[in-house]
Amino acid sequence: MKKSVILGALTVAGLSAGAAAAATLDDVKARGKLNCGVTTGLVGFAAPDANGEWKGFDVAVCRAVAAAVLGDANAVEFVPTTGKTRFTALASGEIDMLARNTTWTFSRDVDLKFTFVGVNYYDGQGFMVPKELGVSSAKDLDGATVCIQTGTTTELNLADFFRANNISYEPVPIETNAEAQQQYLAGACDVYTTDASGLAATRATFENPGDHTLLPEIVSKEPLGPLVRHGDDEWGDVVRWTLNALITAEELGVSSANVGEMASNTNNPEVARLLGTEGELGAMLGLDADWAKRAIETQGNYGEIFAKNIGEETPIGLARGLNAQWTDGGLLYSPPFR
Amino acid sequence: MSTLSDPQQGSFRPSMLLNDTRYRSATLQVIAAVLLALCLFYLYSNLATNLRAAGLNISFAFLGAPAGYDINQTLIDYNSQSTNLRAAMVGILNTLLVAFLACITATVFGVIAGVLRLSNNWLVRKLMAVYVEIFRNIPVLIWIIIIFTIMTAVMPGPRAFRGDEPSSTMFLDLFAFTNRGVYTPGPFFTRGVGGEAGSIVNWLIVIATLIGSFFATRFVTNRANETQAATGERPNTLWTNLALWFVPIIVVLFILGLSWDVPELKGFNFAGGIKIGGPLIALWFALSIYTGAFIAENVRAGILAVSKGQTEAASALGLRPRRVMSLVVLPQAMRVIIPPLISQFLNITKNSSLAIAVGYADITATLGGITLNQTGRAIECVLLLMAFYLIISLLISAGMNVYNNAVKLKER
Repeated sequence: MKKSVILGALTVAGLSAGAAAAATLDDVKARGKLNCGVTTGLVGFAAPDANGEWKGFDVAVCRAVAAAVLGDANAVEFVPTTGKTRFTALASGEIDMLARNTTWTFSRDVDLKFTFVGVNYYDGQGFMVPKELGVSSAKDLDGATVCIQTGTTTELNLADFFRANNISYEPVPIETNAEAQQQYLAGACDVYTTDASGLAATRATFENPGDHTLLPEIVSKEPLGPLVRHGDDEWGDVVRWTLNALITAEELGVSSANVGEMASNTNNPEVARLLGTEGELGAMLGLDADWAKRAIETQGNYGEIFAKNIGEETPIGLARGLNAQWTDGGLLYSPPFR
Repeated sequence: MSTLSDPQQGSFRPSMLLNDTRYRSATLQVIAAVLLALCLFYLYSNLATNLRAAGLNISFAFLGAPAGYDINQTLIDYNSQSTNLRAAMVGILNTLLVAFLACITATVFGVIAGVLRLSNNWLVRKLMAVYVEIFRNIPVLIWIIIIFTIMTAVMPGPRAFRGDEPSSTMFLDLFAFTNRGVYTPGPFFTRGVGGEAGSIVNWLIVIATLIGSFFATRFVTNRANETQAATGERPNTLWTNLALWFVPIIVVLFILGLSWDVPELKGFNFAGGIKIGGPLIALWFALSIYTGAFIAENVRAGILAVSKGQTEAASALGLRPRRVMSLVVLPQAMRVIIPPLISQFLNITKNSSLAIAVGYADITATLGGITLNQTGRAIECVLLLMAFYLIISLLISAGMNVYNNAVKLKER
């Protein structure tokens, strides 16, 4: 397949990569850097801070994978992608994985040939309106102008919701969250709709967050999670089990603070297997024994990542809700490490 | 060595394919064609192999599937259950609409600025130079975004029109200028023919009436010219022509019952009337002033290409400057202006694809944007887009060339 790379890039940037990328893990190791696709900027999930350093909930997944694979949580090249460019970037091999508020859907999984490795946030589509409009339900939005990020599942859900309720609206298609925010604040649209978590994150950056309400209707299921290209199962396993390690760590009470101590003296065999002091799980993945330990050490477990970036203590202020551990009545449930 | 070779009867040798000037060009063309075909075949087989390896295929079946998304400006009936093909048609019509509008206004701006840049008035001349240089040297995408941002930031939202003492009021109670676009009264017919589908028929009747008036007045004018040529006396045609223009259309509009639908604040937005969306205005205006600056330079070059003696001779006959320009200089300048004008029209059409920056639903935004993205059929969508722009460009080119042949200097 080597010879086809140049001409293949000329004709269809990217489709040649599907076959050429059967060894992403080796590529990442050889490169010494993980190319991770993120949003162009959504505070709390993925956005550069004042020092230009990427921070956020999705960013932590990228860094955890880099820590597991390369031993350095900072060995990540963040590639900002829009709703429209993200899949091309992944399919073409420009990025090794995508951690970007991307909804796991049938057609993306099956038709677009991607592999969703899990869910790191259970979300649903919501609506935000200015309080002064006095709207209390999304069903009162007949005739409203709605800002919507184009090329997303929310765009399709929106059309379905208004159609199902037999009311009309006028879409204002925009590319990025920042643009949507600007249009919405300028009053060019009455409503902004996207995943409820994204709305909360956007509202947190407003000057007067209290002037805007999130309507109670959640009109869709939006399981958001990292994804990789179809056909490279080894690499898919690495990303999948790194995410699972973060979730399992919270369930088992392993945190960034106590991970060193737990690794050396634990009497829970699953913790020992997770942290590499027992068994050969790391070797099975093609990594060393400390892979999960490094991920947890640098990023913290799932609960810590949640609390630090989007939890109730942060300006974004999201409750755990569906994203609590299964033991606490949520949906987070990692398969066992054995 | 002689460039002519002697005819050699009946002794054709393969080496002659290259050595004989009679065959050489054909040989080279055949070789080039074969190489090109091989190259295309290689690209195609490479694409096919890689698609197969990735488990993908090329299929246009998605065009028949429901699009699932809504569009904010549609010239034909469309809803989210319509097919992707229909969404593409909506986009095509929107592209053609903005390209058509921008071609007209850009030409108007360009001709005015180009002529005024050669004005004898220092201030006017310099102002036009500033206009041309500023707009020509900053990318059109930036103009589109600047104009759109100014519109959304400066104009009031529909909310500002609400309440007993609104902070904004409608202009003459007819027009509303908002950050979502301009709402104007829309005409409709109370006694029109047919129902929903009949509205187009009504407009066709109106257009047919106007065309009829046009030919009638032309007939009257021609008759007047003939009379003048024969007798030396020109009959007064002014009143006849005015009557021919106005009486039929007024009668037709009265019979159809023309009324105006004035926009009104209802719910979240203005309802009724015609909405000219902000994205359309921003795109239209930006393309017009940007391309207008280029056309201005074409017009200036064309005028400068007309010998100064022509102007002097016309002035010596006693023509005023405006008539010198319109009767003597501009007609001769046309042969220089038209060919580059064709490429400017093509540029407008192609630049309209920047519509995506402001959310205008042109073909690049619908077929090449949302449809591509929602179906993942990138290759098919891009191929269709390329075909569309190619066809449109060739059509514009062909049409303008016909016009060029009509106005170019006929050498005898």
